Amino acid sequence: MFYGTDLTNRLMLGTAQYPSPEILRAAISASGAEVITVSLRREGTGGAGFRDILRKSGCRILPNTAGCHSAREAVTTAHMAREVFGTTWIKLEVIGHADTLQPDPFALVEAARILCADGFEVFPYTTEDLILGEKLIEAGCRVLMPWGAPIGSGQGLRNIEGLRTMRAHFRDVPLVIDAGIGAPSQAAQAMEMGFDAILLNTAVAKALDPVAMAEAFARAIAAGKQAHDAGLMPRRDMAQASTPVFGMAELLA
Amino acid sequence: MRIDLNGTSYETPARTLADLIAETGAEAAAVATALDGVFVPRDARAATLLSDGAKVEILAPMQGG
Repeated sequence: MFYGTDLTNRLMLGTAQYPSPEILRAAISASGAEVITVSLRREGTGGAGFRDILRKSGCRILPNTAGCHSAREAVTTAHMAREVFGTTWIKLEVIGHADTLQPDPFALVEAARILCADGFEVFPYTTEDLILGEKLIEAGCRVLMPWGAPIGSGQGLRNIEGLRTMRAHFRDVPLVIDAGIGAPSQAAQAMEMGFDAILLNTAVAKALDPVAMAEAFARAIAAGKQAHDAGLMPRRDMAQASTPVFGMAELLA
Repeated sequence: MRIDLNGTSYETPARTLADLIAETGAEAAAVATALDGVFVPRDARAATLLSDGAKVEILAPMQGG
C-alpha cells in the first residue's frame, strides 16, 4: 500500500509541539499510529530522550524535510535523514512561501525526481493539482500527500470537490491527506471520501488533552475508513420514506 | 581556523569533520552532517577536511510534523 507497507491504523502522527515528552509518548500510544513523522534540527536539549521515545514507540519513522525552500536543501536533508533514521522513506516538503507554507510545485518535482532516482521512497506534500500529481508520479512517487488546508490552520478540507476529483483521478495511488486537519470529523470525512490515510500533528498536539484527542482521531479515521469500505448511500435531493408504505393501515375515518 | 557551525561562528583546531564532531561532543552515530550544503556520509567524515569559512551543519533527530 505505502511502498509495500500496509497499515492497519491509517493515522500518521506528527511529533512536534506537544506540552511534554511524556504527553507525546502517551499520545503516540493512544493514537495507535504505526507511522510517526520527525525532523532533523540543530541539536537542542532533550535529544536523547526524544530518540528514546521514537525507539520505544515501535513506529515506522517518516522523516520530513520541513522548512526547506529549495530542491537542493530538501535533497541534502533527505540524505541526512536516511542515514540517521535508517529509512528510505521521506516526507518531501519544499515550501514555496514562508507565510502560506504552500508547496513549491516546481522544486517539489525536481527534488522528487532526484530522490526517487536515488532509491528514496518519497511521500510528497503537494496540492490537489492533478497535473502536479502526475508529474510527481512520473518522477517516481508511489504515494501522494495532498493538503487539506494550509499547515497548522485546522480548516479541514478546503477544496472538497478538488480533492474528490483527485481521488477519482489517481484511483490506484495511495493518497494521504497531509496538513490542515483540525477536527476528527474532518479526518473522518476525508476517509469516507476514500483517502487512504491522514497525516496530522497540530490538532492533537495543541488540544487541551492531546492524549484523548489522539484517540479521538484514531477512532474517527477508523470509522471513516470503515464507512468508505462499507459503501455510502448515494445522496438524494428529495426525501424518500425509509419505512414501507405497503401494508399501512387506513386510520382516517 | 574559523568555521560556521550550525549557523554560529566557531573557532576550532579540528582538521576533519570527524575531529570536529568529537570536539563538540556530539554523538557521532546519532547525528547527520553536511558541509557547505552537501551531505557528508558518516564513513566519509574522517576524510573530509575542513577549511577556513566552511559551513558545517550537525543535525540530530527532533520533533516534526
